[in-house]
Amino acid sequence: MNIDKRIADDLAANDVSFVTTVPCKQLAGVIEEIDQRSDIFHIPSNKEDEGMGLCAGAWMGGKRPAIIMQNTAIGVTINTLATLIQYYRMPLPMIISYRGELREPVACQVEMAVHTKALLAQMHIPTYHFHWQSDVEEFDNILKYTFMCNKPVAILTDANFWGGYGDQ
Amino acid sequence: MIRSEILRDIAPILRDQLVVCNIGIPSQELHAIDDQPTNFYMLGTMGLASSIGLGLALAQPKTVIVIDGDGSILTNLGTLPTIGNNCPDNYILMIIDNGSYGSTGDQPTYTSMKTDLVAMARAAGCENVVEVQDVDTGTALQAAIDSGKGTVMVVKCDSGNAKMPVITMDPVVIRDRFMKAVAS
Ligand SMILES: Cc1ncc(C[n+]2csc(CCOP(=O)(O)OP(=O)(O)O)c2C)c(N)n1
Ligand SMILES: [Mg+2]
Repeated sequence: MNIDKRIADDLAANDVSFVTTVPCKQLAGVIEEIDQRSDIFHIPSNKEDEGMGLCAGAWMGGKRPAIIMQNTAIGVTINTLATLIQYYRMPLPMIISYRGELREPVACQVEMAVHTKALLAQMHIPTYHFHWQSDVEEFDNILKYTFMCNKPVAILTDANFWGGYGDQ
Repeated sequence: MIRSEILRDIAPILRDQLVVCNIGIPSQELHAIDDQPTNFYMLGTMGLASSIGLGLALAQPKTVIVIDGDGSILTNLGTLPTIGNNCPDNYILMIIDNGSYGSTGDQPTYTSMKTDLVAMARAAGCENVVEVQDVDTGTALQAAIDSGKGTVMVVKCDSGNAKMPVITMDPVVIRDRFMKAVAS
């Protein structure tokens, strides 16, 4: 299974047509896939809170948005999640690379990993953790759930899900 | 002129347009001067008016006017390259550059010193960037709308705030009536 294509296909099938991204090594493949598709508009942002602003506007303009970012960005976006996305009750699927988990080679990544689920729980953000490739089966349902309840929803995708780090 | 005088001046132009308005006193002033369902008031999240407006302009064809502030642009500077590289024709970013964080008591920002937002916007890739004096705002805004080109306006004006009530409307109500106005 091509996981990158599967994620992009599920986004498109759920009418998600506006995607903003800030890269992570783990997300390189899915970002490339989204960038080359004609049914999804890809707009890279410079910071994840900026990206959430773009998504909020796109949604008010009638498009279904999504953001693809690293879990370290939870530390960047708490205020935006609380005072924009949640306060105005907007849907936002967040496809998040969960760095600092099992098979992580970079020690510093663990420092935000240990806070990631606690921060999301504190924010009352529904959170799903993809550890096995087959967990992607849930993605379609998660997207439907997100646009049903108009909330930000986190999908944490760890290194094992993406197949590890290769040679690193 | 101070911000509220400019807003009063341009209210007849704004009335028929989709407006995304900056956090704090700018939104309070616009709300008190001429509340419209086509106004999206930011109640928090300093810095993101320009991004929300850009997403909105990219997602649908109506003209979008963002009323932003110098302090808010400075806190979300990454917005300028994103605008510069993706600017749709229906996007107007009007930065009220009063050289201060007006809402929090007129503390000076760096635009009151050496920093030049016009040059920064141009360097970021924005193509139509105009510096406007406060008294000319209405004329420049109408020209930007009529041009059918994405435009960044940097409106130089005095620092100061009008005393207006806090917006008590529920955020979901603001957002819902705005979305209905966008879709209508
Ligand atoms: C993260 C964050 N820091 C600080 C504030 C406080 N704050 C609210 S409005 C504002 C000033 C905004 O200045 P500007 O964008 O220039 O608008 P002006 O009021 O001058 O028109 C500040 C500092 C905030 N709301 N959020
Ligand atoms: Mg200011």
